[in-house]
Amino acid sequence: MLLKSWWKILSFVLLLYTCTMGFLIKIPVLDGRMQQSVRNLFFHVPMWFCMQTLFIISVIYAIRYLAKPNPLYDYYSLEFARTGIIFGVLGLVTGAIWAKYQWGEAWSGDPKQNGAAIALLIYLAYFVLRGSVTDETKRARLGAVYNIFAFAMLFPTIWILPRLTESLHPGGLGSEGNPGLNPNDTSAQMEMVFLPAIIGWVLLGVWISTLFLRLRIYKEKLYEAA
Amino acid sequence: MKLLKKYICLSLFLFFIMKSFAQDAVAVSGNANQNNFMTSDGKIFVVMAVVVVIVFGLFLYLFNLDRKISKLEKNIKS
Repeated sequence: MLLKSWWKILSFVLLLYTCTMGFLIKIPVLDGRMQQSVRNLFFHVPMWFCMQTLFIISVIYAIRYLAKPNPLYDYYSLEFARTGIIFGVLGLVTGAIWAKYQWGEAWSGDPKQNGAAIALLIYLAYFVLRGSVTDETKRARLGAVYNIFAFAMLFPTIWILPRLTESLHPGGLGSEGNPGLNPNDTSAQMEMVFLPAIIGWVLLGVWISTLFLRLRIYKEKLYEAA
Repeated sequence: MKLLKKYICLSLFLFFIMKSFAQDAVAVSGNANQNNFMTSDGKIFVVMAVVVVIVFGLFLYLFNLDRKISKLEKNIKS
């Protein structure tokens, strides 16, 4: 049991570390701009890392399904996308709370905010599409194709377009900036919490997805047996 | 039923821990000693304590769920 679930325990330990050290470490002063809210780096930003990872796993299984139509791959693709959406929504909401106090408004039409919202809507359409097809193999195949398109749209909306325009996000200096993180605003100490935070949250996301996945496989087996 | 008992015990235990912490804080403020760790730095560590409790609860729940699904999987195999 310990051999199989070591990464679940690792996720727990890393998140416990994040949630204590995230509050304990000293943060850079940054002329009073961010103040303590910079600690959101350990909670808001990993949501997006987690979403991105889950969507990558989802698209890999979509491609595998198209190469070899095994229904198992379809379940993987579906459940990882589902949890990915949850983390994306959490990222948007936590971002809006942070923006309210950092930029003055919860939604100020920042290119990264808009891009992330569009990307999530595209992924939500994946579930609408699946829901509208009754035939199982057809649903799986259409879903897999759409998943690849949705993944292809994820890159312009959250990685490329926000880099091309002015953004309120840190380092949003047009094409010069990195819309996610300004290296000048973080310290080495913060990175020592940020990296474990990413790994911990990503592992948590994968774990939750596998729980849903196992439940789905169980249900299918039960259905077959009946 | 057994599980319910376990949860009641756990919540009682947590309640008493909190009770003891609360009395600590009252005693400290009574002494006008502001060097208490929990009340320092704008009471940010109160938030930390809350987050740690949430993480503990969440993972307890997840491990439980994981175990239950494993049991179901075992059942269907046999």
